Amino acid sequence: MHFFSFLAAFLLARRLRSLLKESYLYPKWNNLLNVSSWIILILFFVAGSFFEEVTSGFIGSMLLLGMLVYLDKEPDFKIYRPLIEANYPLLAVGLLRSLVQAIAPEFYENWDEYFEFALVGAFIWIFARWANSKKQLQELRIAEDRKAELEVLVAERTTELTQQQETLQATIKELQAMQAQLVQQEKLASLGELTAGIAHEIQNPLNFVNNFSELSTELLDELKAGPWQTLQESEKEYAADIMQDLTKNLQKISFHGKRAESIVKGMLQHSRASTGQKELTDLNALADEYLRLSYHGLRAKDNTFNAKLETSFDVNLPRLEVVPQDIGRVLLNLFNNAFYAVQQKKAARRHDDSYQPLVRASTACLGDTLELRIRDNGCGIPESIRHKILQPFFTTKPTGQGTGLGLSLSYDIITKGHHGEMLIESEDGEFSEFIIRLPVKASNT
Amino acid sequence: MKILVVDDEADVQPLFEQRFRKEIRSGALTFNYALSGEEALAYLTEHHSEVVLILSDINMPGMSGLSLLQQIRQQYDTLPPFVMMITAYGDEENYTQAMQFGANGFLTKPLDFNDLKQKLKTLEV
Repeated sequence: MHFFSFLAAFLLARRLRSLLKESYLYPKWNNLLNVSSWIILILFFVAGSFFEEVTSGFIGSMLLLGMLVYLDKEPDFKIYRPLIEANYPLLAVGLLRSLVQAIAPEFYENWDEYFEFALVGAFIWIFARWANSKKQLQELRIAEDRKAELEVLVAERTTELTQQQETLQATIKELQAMQAQLVQQEKLASLGELTAGIAHEIQNPLNFVNNFSELSTELLDELKAGPWQTLQESEKEYAADIMQDLTKNLQKISFHGKRAESIVKGMLQHSRASTGQKELTDLNALADEYLRLSYHGLRAKDNTFNAKLETSFDVNLPRLEVVPQDIGRVLLNLFNNAFYAVQQKKAARRHDDSYQPLVRASTACLGDTLELRIRDNGCGIPESIRHKILQPFFTTKPTGQGTGLGLSLSYDIITKGHHGEMLIESEDGEFSEFIIRLPVKASNT
Repeated sequence: MKILVVDDEADVQPLFEQRFRKEIRSGALTFNYALSGEEALAYLTEHHSEVVLILSDINMPGMSGLSLLQQIRQQYDTLPPFVMMITAYGDEENYTQAMQFGANGFLTKPLDFNDLKQKLKTLEV
């Protein structure tokens, strides 16, 4: 009955080999298991023909023991451990039987049927366990399939969630940008209203100043034509000096009064962002006209000044319902600023001939909005003041050269008067670009 | 010709006196002043028949120039005085309303006195 151990070892090797067939481990173990199974078979015949029953039974048990210990330690066979462990009873019974056969042959003779019965039982036990573990393995495989399915599902959900998160983050960023823009718009709008309000308050007292200074000048003339003539010659000169000084002072009052008046007028335009009539206008022609107007206006003041003018107009630009005078004022403002910026830069680089002042106007149609860009390669707008330049009274020009109302008024005309937007792009020392976007379909609200 | 000037600014008085000093001296024009709409109406109840022209500011505390205009048009059907409105707010709304209430003219501040004198001349004729 020594063949049970050999047979068990042989079958175990074959079984493992066939189980591994679907696994990635197959190439690694295929040969070893195949060869060892045939070696076991050869060993069985050798042991059977050269040794007696006791020895060959002992060899068989040792072979099985060695094999089980080896497989038990191998991590690749971890999931097949029930298969391997099923051989332990047979191993134990085989070893005990061989031991008893060797030490107490007589006792064995008396009880050999029981030993053989146990041996057969242990052998059958192996197959019972195998059948059982096969079912377990199947369940395990089903569970693993399920697990794989779930993992795919989880991965899908994860990518879905990640995408959602990204969209949400983008939306939040957009909202924050919009909020900042709204705050800025609101600030500028209230500043515009404040400006107009202040203008109204100043206007009345200023009217008195101007009126009375004018009147006083007239009165002085009257004085000179009338009562002065009747003075004694000795006092005439003295009185004439005083009257001359008074006239000069009144001229100064008038001059500065008129200056204040023109500022107030500019301020008041904030409350009358759009009083003109909207009419279908060719923006290309308007931009071209004001570009030239601004350039020649500047040339008239400074005939050494030169700049390259560049236009890139979209010939298919549809005509737009706008107030041409208002948009013209915006364009004039922006072109004047552009020329001023290149002029400043040119003045700063008097000895550098490589700098060529350039002012560029372009239009484009972007679906339901028209875009107008005015770009100069002048001194640029420093980042630190970029948020201030649309506020009323902010100016970088020397006192008397600019009121600081041009851009704030332009902004009002574009946003309030025409429901458009005005954006600024600039790099300090390199360029400035003003972008005006106007809706093609003008709303009347 | 008697003119009533209605403005809450007291300095309007010396301004008109000086601007029209020749006309006042010659007796061609006579000016009276009221500092509010209420004061103007009170003056009119006594001197209605004398006043030929009323120059009124629109923005005044209390009764506004526009409601003064309405009152005048309601109360003085016979021998209606000329009424011209003056305002710093040269906006369309004020203008259309003033015209709707029956104003004879609309002037914006700062007043152009030469223009005003021209208008007065056409009235005298």
